[in-house]
Amino acid sequence: MLDTATLATRTDEILAAHLAREGALLPILHDIQAEFGYIPQECLPQIARALNISRAEVHGVVSFYHDFREVPAGRHVVKLCRAEACQAMGADELSAHARAKLGVDWHETTPNGAVTLEPVFCLGLCACGPAAIVDGKLIARLDTAKLDAILGDLA
Amino acid sequence: MKIYLPLDSVAVALGADDIAAAITAHASKTGAQIELIRNGSRGMVWLEPLVEVETPAGRMGFGPFTPADIPALFGDLAQHPKALGLVEALPWMAGQTRLTFARCGVIDPLNFNDFNANGGFAGLTRALDMASADIVAEVTASGLRGRGGAGFPTGIKWKTVADAKAAQKYIVCNADEGDSATFADRMLMEGDPLTLIEGMVIAGLATGATKGFVYIRSEYPIAIEVMERAVLLARANGVLGASVMGRGPAFDMEIRVGAGAYVCGEETSLLNSLEGKRGVVRAKPPLPALQGFMGQPTVVNNVISLASIPVIMAKGAAHYAAIGLGRSRGTIPLQIAGNVKYGGLFEVGFGLTLGQIVDDIAGGTATGRPVKAVQVGGPLGAYFPRALFDTPFGYEEFAGKEGLIGHAGLTVFDDSADMLAQARFAMEFCAIESCGKCTPCRIGAVRGVETVDRIAKGDAAAIPLLTDLCATMKSGSLCALGGFTPYPVLSALNHFPADFARSKEAAE
Repeated sequence: MLDTATLATRTDEILAAHLAREGALLPILHDIQAEFGYIPQECLPQIARALNISRAEVHGVVSFYHDFREVPAGRHVVKLCRAEACQAMGADELSAHARAKLGVDWHETTPNGAVTLEPVFCLGLCACGPAAIVDGKLIARLDTAKLDAILGDLA
Repeated sequence: MKIYLPLDSVAVALGADDIAAAITAHASKTGAQIELIRNGSRGMVWLEPLVEVETPAGRMGFGPFTPADIPALFGDLAQHPKALGLVEALPWMAGQTRLTFARCGVIDPLNFNDFNANGGFAGLTRALDMASADIVAEVTASGLRGRGGAGFPTGIKWKTVADAKAAQKYIVCNADEGDSATFADRMLMEGDPLTLIEGMVIAGLATGATKGFVYIRSEYPIAIEVMERAVLLARANGVLGASVMGRGPAFDMEIRVGAGAYVCGEETSLLNSLEGKRGVVRAKPPLPALQGFMGQPTVVNNVISLASIPVIMAKGAAHYAAIGLGRSRGTIPLQIAGNVKYGGLFEVGFGLTLGQIVDDIAGGTATGRPVKAVQVGGPLGAYFPRALFDTPFGYEEFAGKEGLIGHAGLTVFDDSADMLAQARFAMEFCAIESCGKCTPCRIGAVRGVETVDRIAKGDAAAIPLLTDLCATMKSGSLCALGGFTPYPVLSALNHFPADFARSKEAAE
């Protein structure tokens, strides 16, 4: 767990870096998530005060966007593309395989905390699908063997 | 020896970074003198990672490249097992009219001098000597229409912003390229980012805007990094700053990153997101051109629209307008994707038929099975059957067939595709990505999934219900998400009725 003082200090530093920007909330939230791995509830009042908006508005923004997490993810995040171009190359079968193999559904984390599985709708790798992004690394032309090797390394 | 290896997401996703490291290691081991340049992609995805070597005859291509192919690069190049010949002479390259993508894959995207030496800033230099109204007139005369999908004339949008009186105006580049099968924005930003910056600066000169934003989706980490570095480069070289190129007005810009909401590709939703709000769609009017970012006059243009401005200014509106078909002028970067033999980006004048694109350029499916359907224009675009393959690629031509060209992405499906499943996915996607503001989209998409499921269970009475629901969504939604989701659904239903004729027994 993060200690409250560190959290508040880091949040203040992030706020200070962005407050002069027009429409600073998204850059702030991206940095908070990059720092802590998710958007801790405790940060919300601090962000709201700095931007002179309500805590509800900050919560509204955090909850609107798929990228922002309200709880930490597993140690590794596997995002499989579910969009049409990847579907045309077998993405549905591949994601069914991944869910069965990991024993989780979309947005869930394996019980040992190793892998969080998420859908992504397009990585712009549409002529070499199915595509995925694993811990920020882009991967194309996936098949079950390639995916099994990746998941084996993460587990 | 000068070696090129793309930094483009496609090449990286297929192992380019490992190859780059291996080439450098090999060279230092053997003592070979090399200069490794990470360029953009040429757009031939089936050949990626595509390594190029500069020779007196031109750049020779080798691909798809693997680390095992490295040692042979230092022998007789013509005998290399992956030798493709001169890249520019390959049929895919020779068949194109590369205007917007002329430098993509050719230059080092983050080398200012390389950009300059290859025609970069020619358009901006000309624009700096022109009156604002003349720049707008030139863009209008080019016939350029919004490449994001809506097809609205760019010059008219600019004129509205130019004529608006305000202390602060903005140029917002929509780089939230969320449609499946589209990657032109990504390729351009990764392969020739200074062209986009040049286009945005010209837009600023034309409209009196002094501040720009590029809103890039978070799913494009490499494009974000390259664009951020390109902005620093442009600022360091005086293109951006207090005076454009030392003789123009002020213009500066920022890169902003989205947060995984598809609907933020819609311009008003994007503006809300940029302002730090929920990406909820705004009702129009007021038009963003009059009340956009922070309530000020704002040009919101797609990456490709803005990146096409420099070449229009450099070569003149007449040169651009001479290419194309009907009211679709200039070139369009076709993005050929899904189940295709030869996929990638192919920039060409409007007017090729869908059949020419799918059969001749893409070479049919990767699986070798017959093409069943092509979805044109992303997740909100219609599924076209082979019977409509004679449709010429143009805004009006596709609208005439109950479809749209959108951002010019094409997803090819072979005969194993289940069009009922595709219709269901279109509704499911709309339900996931709806911003929730208007009822037809928010509720309609959920009901749409349920209705398709009833049809799948053999309930034919649900078919007219689905058609009726689509009519409501089409005319009752605030933006294209709810309004266009009926395109894939109804085209699947109308062109592939057999996939919707499920018998009760089979379902049970």
